[in-house]
Amino acid sequence: MLNYLLQRLATIVPTLFFVSVLIFGLQQLLPGDPAIALAGEERDPETIRYLREKFHLDEPLPVRYWYWLSGVLQGDLGDSVRIQKPVTELILQKLPVTIQLAAMAMLIALAIGITAGVISAVKKDTAWDYAVNVFALWGLSTPNFWLGILLILVFAVQLGWLPASGYVSPFEDLKANLSAMIMPAFVLGNAIAAVLMRHTRSAMLQVLSSDYVRTARAKGLDERVVVLKHALRNALIPIITLGALEFGTLLSGAVLTEQVFTIPGFGKLIVDAVFNRDYSVVQGVVLFTATVYITLNLLADLAYFLVNPRMRH
Amino acid sequence: MAAVIFQELEVSPQRKAWKRLFRRGGAIFGLVVVAFFVLLALFAPWLAPYDPVATSWSAVRAAPSASYWFGADELGRDVLSRIVWGTRASILAGVVSVSISLALGVPIGMAAGYLGRWVDALISRITDAMLACPFLILAIALAAFLGPSLTNAMIAIGISATPVFIRLTRAQVLAAKAEDYVEAARALGNPHLRIALRHIFPNIVAPLIVQATLAIAAAVIAEASLSFLGLGQQPPAPSWGSMLNTARNYVDQAPWMAIWPGVSIFLLVLSFNLLGDGLRDALDPRHK
Repeated sequence: MLNYLLQRLATIVPTLFFVSVLIFGLQQLLPGDPAIALAGEERDPETIRYLREKFHLDEPLPVRYWYWLSGVLQGDLGDSVRIQKPVTELILQKLPVTIQLAAMAMLIALAIGITAGVISAVKKDTAWDYAVNVFALWGLSTPNFWLGILLILVFAVQLGWLPASGYVSPFEDLKANLSAMIMPAFVLGNAIAAVLMRHTRSAMLQVLSSDYVRTARAKGLDERVVVLKHALRNALIPIITLGALEFGTLLSGAVLTEQVFTIPGFGKLIVDAVFNRDYSVVQGVVLFTATVYITLNLLADLAYFLVNPRMRH
Repeated sequence: MAAVIFQELEVSPQRKAWKRLFRRGGAIFGLVVVAFFVLLALFAPWLAPYDPVATSWSAVRAAPSASYWFGADELGRDVLSRIVWGTRASILAGVVSVSISLALGVPIGMAAGYLGRWVDALISRITDAMLACPFLILAIALAAFLGPSLTNAMIAIGISATPVFIRLTRAQVLAAKAEDYVEAARALGNPHLRIALRHIFPNIVAPLIVQATLAIAAAVIAEASLSFLGLGQQPPAPSWGSMLNTARNYVDQAPWMAIWPGVSIFLLVLSFNLLGDGLRDALDPRHK
């Protein structure tokens, strides 16, 4: 176990190094003087001078990278030029909203994806199977910002059941919070449900044709017990770990979903930063996302290692 | 009997693949819809009933009618004409960005797989780093730093999708490298470049075609997403994503502004996905 963990950690270090180089390199794409571009639209000479000093822009590139990396390693992702706050503070401020959205979306995706996948596998080559496959294709092909607009049209404008946009903290009013978050969570969970459904279907088909399931059936066990207790439990292992890998899709989707429903989360932070030319925030958000993704990937691997005894040999 | 077997043997693998592709209803549907959109993009000037940027104050948010089949937008521009012209941005973005990914990803992936050792280790770590950044977030960041425009959006999407092609090419090259025909080519004294280009490359094209088709679907959604956020096609030039961004503000007064661009994105993406699935089954019969 320890060896495996050390091996995995050893591959993470160079990956993180290249992530940092990639994100630092983004700054070099800016046309002209980075200090002028980073200073935003006002181009205040004082800010430009401050930025030139802060980012050591008169130094050679590797030296500048080193200064930037040393800051990042101490948790300093720079300051937002527009909001005049540290980027780390801004990310931590917006993160709980996105975590709630992502968690609700994942629950919806797991509930729909696993149920649909199991039905599709058990009823292979029937109308049910085709219907579920059509649903999966719909989920994979629908842009989530369009689905969001359609849901607003139906549930907010036509029926008036749910608010079209906005956010209320769950600590202020839980009911209002849930009614504001349910549509965005569904929109975000929809595409992931389709991916999970496809994986559940293939994992279940594989497990259902295995010898121990045949034995369970031969013992005369009820089909429901065979499917849910014997087959699904084993098929779930790769699906749950896959859930962690869908984190990237979840965050990419959150950027658009938060924009449609005007939710003040992590996704909206990066979009607002892009339009305010607040490049430190853009860099900080990408770096943070990549680090969390790599960590989740590691945790998923470790979970897979722990729950699957065959991996340990 | 012998004649039948002989006839079966005569059928080339390419023909068999085409046969398998045309046996799938979904793939044919995908192919027809993609062809329809390509023709729409090519003949947009002749097919669009109005100038896509011409405003008409008398038609502001006009509902669908005989004059405006899909209705008009907040500036009185014909939605149908903008959809027809917007096809160009979507198809162009899909094809150009995937071409960028292929042009970068295939040679780099081949170098990693064929040369191995430190070249492979270095390329693989860089690929891992790029894959650690979620696709759309990386594309947004690149588009933000490059500046908002359709060209930059295509470059951003192309670069963000490159690691998938690097990984796929590398894996395919590693598998092909172990085959006897490559060993034979090496024993005959062929130079490395010739082995890579003449012997390995033709044998890894099939999975690349499948992945490219599916990547076009993802690129179309990504372009629409970037345009929706204001980082792709710039107004007043029509793009399905930017049309949806505007439509968001008029969803209660002019829902047709939101419906048609969304239907178009959905249909085009669905068709590329169906075509990609069909190609995968046709080109790799072992895949279920």
